[in-house]
Amino acid sequence: MDELLQILDEIHGGVDYENCTTLIDDGILDSFDIISIITEVSSAFDVQIPANEIVPDNFNSAAALWKLIERLEDE
Amino acid sequence: MSFVSFGFIAFLAALIVLYYIVPKRVQWMLLLAGSVFFYAFAGWKAMIFIAVTALSTWLAGLLIGRRAAARDAYLKEHGGELDRDAKKAYKARVKKQTYLIMALCLALNLGILAVIKYTDFGISILNGIFRLNLGYFRFALPMGISFYIFQSMGYIIDVYRGKYAPEKNPARFALFVSFFPQLLQGPISRFDELGKTLYGPHAFDWNNISKGAWRVLWGYFKKVIVADRLITVVTGLAGGPEKYKGVYVVALVFFYAIELYADFTGGIDITIGVAQMLGIEVAENFDRPFFSLNITEYWRRWHITMGTWFRDYIFYPLSVSPRMLKISKWSRDKLGQAIGKRVPVYLSTIIVWFVTGLWHGAAWNFIVWGLLNCLVIIVSQELAPLYQRFHKRFKFSNTKGYNVFQMFRTFWLMGFIRVLDVYRDVPVTFRQVGTVFTHWNWGRLFDGSLLKLGLGWQDFVVVLLACGVMLAVSIMQNKGQVRDRLIRRPAAIRAALFVLIVLLIMVFGAYGIGYDAGQFIYVQF
Repeated sequence: MDELLQILDEIHGGVDYENCTTLIDDGILDSFDIISIITEVSSAFDVQIPANEIVPDNFNSAAALWKLIERLEDE
Repeated sequence: MSFVSFGFIAFLAALIVLYYIVPKRVQWMLLLAGSVFFYAFAGWKAMIFIAVTALSTWLAGLLIGRRAAARDAYLKEHGGELDRDAKKAYKARVKKQTYLIMALCLALNLGILAVIKYTDFGISILNGIFRLNLGYFRFALPMGISFYIFQSMGYIIDVYRGKYAPEKNPARFALFVSFFPQLLQGPISRFDELGKTLYGPHAFDWNNISKGAWRVLWGYFKKVIVADRLITVVTGLAGGPEKYKGVYVVALVFFYAIELYADFTGGIDITIGVAQMLGIEVAENFDRPFFSLNITEYWRRWHITMGTWFRDYIFYPLSVSPRMLKISKWSRDKLGQAIGKRVPVYLSTIIVWFVTGLWHGAAWNFIVWGLLNCLVIIVSQELAPLYQRFHKRFKFSNTKGYNVFQMFRTFWLMGFIRVLDVYRDVPVTFRQVGTVFTHWNWGRLFDGSLLKLGLGWQDFVVVLLACGVMLAVSIMQNKGQVRDRLIRRPAAIRAALFVLIVLLIMVFGAYGIGYDAGQFIYVQF
């Protein structure tokens, strides 16, 4: 999780990722950020995030994204 | 069969009566029969194309579903015996098989679309480059082909992704592809959304009939009073670029914006209204787009289902594809974080807008139209930090007045890009737009010259008043649906208003003896 938080902070700093649960709903992360996050996460965790997983529920918080990564690692 | 014809109204009335008389379990079959009847007017050849798309997509979905079900059953039974890597390898193998089925289905259907829609365009490019004289095929475009193929492709991709189970019944699937209200010009529906209400059962509900009828009426109001009236001016101005320069181009931009809006949203109002009368919920395709403050917002509010289709099935898959991820990584390493971050998004944006342009038509004007939209979006994105600083620095930028300026700016910016549609020629369009700055003839606006374009002053008054009504309704929609408020009024007032609008449409609609309504603009796409 710490590694994910670091990735998020490097891509879009100045956000309280540990507590924010509306990263998409409040427009904090845009399509640039999402694609950048997916790029970094793919190489850092060796998972492929398919397009159909790009939904607000999976990107609204760091915890939700972490859950997605864990799920994809299991698959 | 055009929506704006007595034939269609008679067909719809008969269908609705039958729909609520027949047993509820066969309602969807009646809709399928109605859709086939409706489509039959386009000719039997067109029916073959839609049948091929429906059948091939249904079959591919079924095969993918069976393969996925077999995978799940196998893993359930033998999952415990396999280690993680073996499971992964097995899943990857099945995924490859289902991918192949999906790819074949996409290739077949997009191949049909490509051959019919783009062959002549390809020939014209070859003729131009190699100075050849190859003949053209001039295939007749089957009605609604771009819409129903995209809708079907969305379905097969969703089934492949496991978003929902495939439809087992071919006739039910055929209804999804051919549902007549949305066959002509969309919206491009998703199976999991439309399917919720498409197959019923639907009990007779006066509320649905009434609200649907109001929506249909509103669609006719826009289409026949505004859009069809403006056809004359728009085609006249666009057809005489040598004669109509300067302020005439500004007039064309304005009139075409209004015509297209009234035509397309009017058609969608009829679609959604008809579906509602049948108890079926069709996705909204517009959200008052001329109130958009910038072009990105505009594209979230105009032709919404097309935009989300391109986002979900092209932009995202392209942006996160392994190849794009490699490009992204490479560009970050070589070009730095700032530029590298932009590469995959901008590259995908350019490709998506190129395809969006091509989807609208096989001609350079549509491609340039798509790329110009893309350019404005990318420039806006790059200027976003500057705008933010501006908004922080100047407090007036949060005022209503400034918002109106932003809407005005977006309206005209989109309008000038959109005239590529009507001139249908890229150099002519650029030349014409250039004359706005070089050809000072603004006096033409006031010396009666506009009245020599085929419409009398009475027509302009009708258009102006109708636009006023459209604007007022759009503003009222800030507080929710106008129909909801209408329905709370006494029945006598509602009935009187309904009859009044019908009369207005009959009296002020742009038609006469032997009238044949103007075809909906989006039908050609």
